[in-house]
Amino acid sequence: MQTDKVISVSNLTKKFGDFTAVDNISFDCVKGEIFGFLGANGAGKTTAMRMLCGLSLPTSGEASVAGFDVYKESELIKKKIGYMSQKFSLYEDLTVWENIRFYAGIYGLSDSNIREKSRQLLTELHLEGQENALVRSLPLGWKQKLAFSVAIVHNPAIVFLDEPTGGVDPITRREFWGLIYEASARDITVFVTTHYMDEAEYCNRVSIMVDGKIEALDTPANLKQHYNADSMDEVFLHLARTATRSQD
Amino acid sequence: MAVTVQDLVKNYTVKKKTIEALKGISFSVEKGEIFGIIGPDGAGKTSLFRILTTLLEPDGGSATVDGCSVKDEYLQIRQRVGYMPGKFSLYQDLTVQENLEFFAAIFNVSIADNYEYIKEIYEQIAPFKDRKAGQLSGGMKQKLALCCALIHKPTVLFLDEPTTGVDAVSRKEFWEMLHRLKTQGITILVSTPYMDEAGLCDRVGLIQKGAFLSIETPQSIIRDFKKTLWSVRADDMYRLMETILKSPLINSCYPFGQYHHVTFKDDTKKQSDLEAIVAPGNFKDVEIAAIQPNIEDCFMALMTE
Repeated sequence: MQTDKVISVSNLTKKFGDFTAVDNISFDCVKGEIFGFLGANGAGKTTAMRMLCGLSLPTSGEASVAGFDVYKESELIKKKIGYMSQKFSLYEDLTVWENIRFYAGIYGLSDSNIREKSRQLLTELHLEGQENALVRSLPLGWKQKLAFSVAIVHNPAIVFLDEPTGGVDPITRREFWGLIYEASARDITVFVTTHYMDEAEYCNRVSIMVDGKIEALDTPANLKQHYNADSMDEVFLHLARTATRSQD
Repeated sequence: MAVTVQDLVKNYTVKKKTIEALKGISFSVEKGEIFGIIGPDGAGKTSLFRILTTLLEPDGGSATVDGCSVKDEYLQIRQRVGYMPGKFSLYQDLTVQENLEFFAAIFNVSIADNYEYIKEIYEQIAPFKDRKAGQLSGGMKQKLALCCALIHKPTVLFLDEPTTGVDAVSRKEFWEMLHRLKTQGITILVSTPYMDEAGLCDRVGLIQKGAFLSIETPQSIIRDFKKTLWSVRADDMYRLMETILKSPLINSCYPFGQYHHVTFKDDTKKQSDLEAIVAPGNFKDVEIAAIQPNIEDCFMALMTE
């Protein structure tokens, strides 16, 4: 089991002045796991995620991501992870093909590899014939699917998804989760935040942050049983309402 | 009627291509109603709100707000409506108090006279009244924006995606606020991409690609769902979905939290038929039941019709 851990976090803390944004959190994620990272606005999710992505140094505690230390090996971490946020990681004024080429290129894929990957990706997303379209002109749902595919083009150990499904119609939202399941089946760990509580049910395990701490971490089934709730929505409301930290 | 809309059309031309944002929609909202416009990004929600608040001219059709035409009587409408855009649009470098004073001043009302109207919401942000609006958290900004939209006692309030990107707890609180406002007689039009908020509205219009799929009470939309809906779960949900979708008898299978929701092409099919489809997968802990659809089931069924 030890070797299967792709994220390992122990007593991780981040302070900004007197304010403890992330307060002594500990957890592990295993290979291929879909890990839901929930919390109210301001609970500390983004700060925690930035540390795991090697973008922000912790104040104290330990964390390794894809086998690399967040303090000393952040550049190596960046090569082994993918990242996608609601605000997109795509360049709107580049074409579909240029975006794929750009991301595959900065992740160091060879030219022949890029050609093959692009073809495969365009087929999978049913974007054949659209490779020269500007990303700006694509419907939101396609952009999201393309952004996700580009985020895992280098076959990372982990992909971080920050509210990836905001604003799309319910069918597209479910198609997007289809892509997440496929990535997980290919042993990519998926670390995802969402405000849709039904999506929390699709995760293998879910953690819920309140005031910078992880207040609960388990499978959705166990969490519901433990809090005597019918849905993850109820579990979330139960925990998030205990928050005392002002949103400010 | 607080709002009437007849055959409303809005087109945008981008690089010689015409995009039909609103394809001739019609509906009306009664006084004192909470009317939800529910649909994904790009469905036309914001175009509709901008036309009704007289910030955008329609290309066809007509609309009235509180009895005034959006074409000829826009000045009267602007006096009477409150509008909270989806993007935070207050002055970031004015304080909470200054923003509120500014909006009261341009509507020529005094905060003191109308304070009762916003009291409950404003009290929650009053401790931060000297803070610049740009430095407030998302939830606080939203409350301030609502106060500024209410300070002139509008008859109709337009809220464009007030809960997008807001966590489940704050969303709940926001809706509780709207229900308390409703008791004061104000008409509320609110748009949202969250289907689960439909049940909190008196009536909803489900909108997709510039046209309504349905305009009804949430209860009627659910009652109009044409097929029997089955919920299915088992130990391996992803493989379960693949197994179900392989069957030619199946019309749809969508994940819904811990269950999949399934419909047959031929609605006379029974639970035993679904059991037979699932059986070859050798799943453990299989549960199948006929269930009531929710608004999201209805939206997806209407989308694919």
